[in-house]
Amino acid sequence: MKAIIAAMLAALAALPALAQNFDDPAEFAQQEAQLAATPMGPEGAPWEQYLEDSMVDTAAMAADGPGPYTVCFSNAGVNNPWRVVGWETMQAQVALQPEIGDFIAVDAEGSDDKQIADIADLVAGGECDILIVSPNTTAALTPAVEAACEALPVIVFDRGVNTTCPVTFIHPVGGYGFGIQGARFIAENVEPGGNVLMLRILPGVDVLETRYSAGRRILEEAGLTIVGAEFTDGDNAKTKSIVEDYIQRGQIDAVWMDAGATAVAAIEAFEDNGLDVPVFVGEDQQDFLQKWQQLGLTAIAPTYPTYQWRTPIIAAVRILQGEPVPGPEWVLPQPAITAGNLDQYVNPNMPPLHYAMCGCEGMPGYPQAWGGQ
Amino acid sequence: MTLAAPRPFAARLRGVNPVWAVLLLLLLAILLLNPAFAEPQGFMNFLRRAAPLCLLAAGQVFVLTSGGFDLSQGAVVTFTVVGASMLLDNDEGATGWVILVLLAAGAGVGAVNGLVVSVLRVPSLIATLGTMIALGGVVMTWSGGAPRGYLTDGFRAFGRFMWRDVPVVGLLPAALLVLVAGGALLWWLLHATTYGRLLHAVGDNPEAARLAGVPVARVRVIAFVASALSAVVAGVLLGGFSGVSLDVGTGAELQAITAAVLGGTLLLGGRGLVGGAVGGALTLSALFTLLNLLGLPQPVREVAQGLILILAVAFAVRRRGT
Repeated sequence: MKAIIAAMLAALAALPALAQNFDDPAEFAQQEAQLAATPMGPEGAPWEQYLEDSMVDTAAMAADGPGPYTVCFSNAGVNNPWRVVGWETMQAQVALQPEIGDFIAVDAEGSDDKQIADIADLVAGGECDILIVSPNTTAALTPAVEAACEALPVIVFDRGVNTTCPVTFIHPVGGYGFGIQGARFIAENVEPGGNVLMLRILPGVDVLETRYSAGRRILEEAGLTIVGAEFTDGDNAKTKSIVEDYIQRGQIDAVWMDAGATAVAAIEAFEDNGLDVPVFVGEDQQDFLQKWQQLGLTAIAPTYPTYQWRTPIIAAVRILQGEPVPGPEWVLPQPAITAGNLDQYVNPNMPPLHYAMCGCEGMPGYPQAWGGQ
Repeated sequence: MTLAAPRPFAARLRGVNPVWAVLLLLLLAILLLNPAFAEPQGFMNFLRRAAPLCLLAAGQVFVLTSGGFDLSQGAVVTFTVVGASMLLDNDEGATGWVILVLLAAGAGVGAVNGLVVSVLRVPSLIATLGTMIALGGVVMTWSGGAPRGYLTDGFRAFGRFMWRDVPVVGLLPAALLVLVAGGALLWWLLHATTYGRLLHAVGDNPEAARLAGVPVARVRVIAFVASALSAVVAGVLLGGFSGVSLDVGTGAELQAITAAVLGGTLLLGGRGLVGGAVGGALTLSALFTLLNLLGLPQPVREVAQGLILILAVAFAVRRRGT
C-alpha cells in the first residue's frame, strides 16, 4: 500500500518536474568548471575546503564570550542510509568541538510540517546560539528558514532553500557534477555506438533529475546509444529484474546509475547470467566498492560526499567566534572514487551501505558508531 | 453397466481456472516482444524472480480463506532479510540455524496475529496492520536505519543459485525447487487434509463452524502461521535473489493478495485455491515483465496493479454469483 501511495506521490512530483528546468546549461557549465577547480582550504580535509572564492564577514554575528555555545539542528530525517552515515558523522564532529556545550538536534522524520514546527520551536525556545537546517524540501521550508533568520544566524546544508538569508549554504558541487563524472568515464571507456543502460531511482527529485540530464547529455554527445532509462524505485529485486530483461534483449556495454545503492544487484544480473560485467557507474557504498575490487571492474564511483555533514558544525563554531566563512554558498569538492584510489576506500568491516566518502575514518567512535566492526 | 458420458470439452474447459489462460496470453505477448524469453535463461530467470511472490500468495490464501487479511507479510519479509543479515554475521556455517530461528520467529508472528484476531477479536486488517508497523519498528531499531551486514553465499543460494547444463530444462534455479516443495506442502494442507476443510468451513460461516464443533480459534491461528511462514521462506528467496535492503518487503502483502484473488480465492473467505494463487502470482509477475518490456514506468504499473485487483474481485464475485 505504501508503494502505491509513494508511486502516486512520485507521479505528482513528476508533474511540476516538467515545469522546472533540470537541464540548465548554465548550471551544467558552472558545475563542470567546479569539478575541475583546485579547492581552497586545508589539504586532506575536503570538508573544510571550498571551490568558490567568496567569504562572508561574520563579525556581527559572533556570540558574546568564548562559549560554550548551544548549536541547534533541524534535520529533515534519518530515513535513508546516506543520512544515517551523515548523521553519525555530524555527531562525531560535535564531539570534536569543545566550543559546543549543547547540541540540540530535532528529527523531522521526513515531514515538511514537522520540520516547520521543529524550526519554530527551536527559535522560540531561545536556547540556540545558531541554527543548522537540512531542509526536507526546498520550497516548503523556505518561509520557516526566513523566519528563523530574523532571530539568529542560520546555516543550511544539503538541499537548499529559496532565500539568501542564511549565513551560508553548504553543499557539494551538485547533481550535474555527479552525472558528468560517471558519464564521462563511460564515454572514455566505451567506443562510440556502444549501448548504455541508464538506471534511475525516481522521477521528479531535483538532485536525481540533474544527475540524469547531465549524464544523458554527455553520453549523447559521445555518440553512445542509450538503450533504456529505467526507474528502479531503489529496489534491489526490481533493479536485478530490469537488468536481466535488458541483458536478454541485447548487448550492454555500460551501466550508468543515478545512485549506487542497488549497484550490486545490477552487477549480479550480469554475473548470474554468465556475462562479463560491463563498464559501470556506481556510488561510494561499501558493497559496490568491494564488488568492484573483487571483480576488477572497469568502474567509477561519483560521490555526494557524506563528509558535508561535518562542515555545518565547523561553520557554526567559526560564525559564533566571528571568523569569516565561505559564503553565501560554501561549495565543497565532490571527488569520485576511481581505480587509482579505490583501495583506500574499501573496508570490508563497514556495513554494505556505508558511504565511504564520509571523511570519518579518524573520528571518535569510528568504526563502531557507523555500524562497523 | 453404463459408462459415464465424457464431459463435453467446453465444460471441461470452463472448469479450468481462467488465471492460467490469462497467464498464457501474457507469456505469448512477452514472447512476441522478446523471443529470447523462450530460452532457458529467459523463463528460468522469470521463474526465479516470481518464486517469492508465488509462495507469499499461496500463504496468503490461508488467511483469505479464513475470512481475513494478512497485511504483515511484507514486514515479515523485510524482517527475515534484515534479521538474516544481522544474525549470519558473515559466518557461512550459521546458515542452517539462522533459517530455523527466522522460521520460529515467523511462526511466532503468525501465532500472535492469529491470537489477536481470534481471542482479542480485533479485525484482521487492524491486527496485521499493527504487526506490520511494529515489525517495521523492530527492523529500524535493530538495524539503525541501514543494513548492517551481508548475507552469506550459502544463505543466498536458495534465491540466487541456478544449476547449469541440466537435462531437458537447461537451467534449474534452486528457488524453483523451494517453490515446488513449499507450494506442494501448502496445497496438500489446504486441499487434502481435514484442516483444509475446517478452514473453508470457518471462512464460509464462522458461527456455523463453531456450532458444529470446529475449533475456530485454532484453525485461524494455524492459517496466520502458514501465511507468516510462507513470508519467511519468501524472504529467504528474495534476500538470496537480490541481497539486503530495508524495503525489500514493502508492498509485498498487497501483491500477494492481488495474486491470490486473481487466482480465484475469495476475499471474504470460504474459498481458497493454492494452485490458483501460484498462477495469479505468475500472472502478476508476467504482467510486470510485459509492462517493463513495453517501457511503462513504475507509477503506471502500480495503477495497473490497482485496477487489476478491482477487476479480479469483480470477476470473482460474479463467478460466485452464478
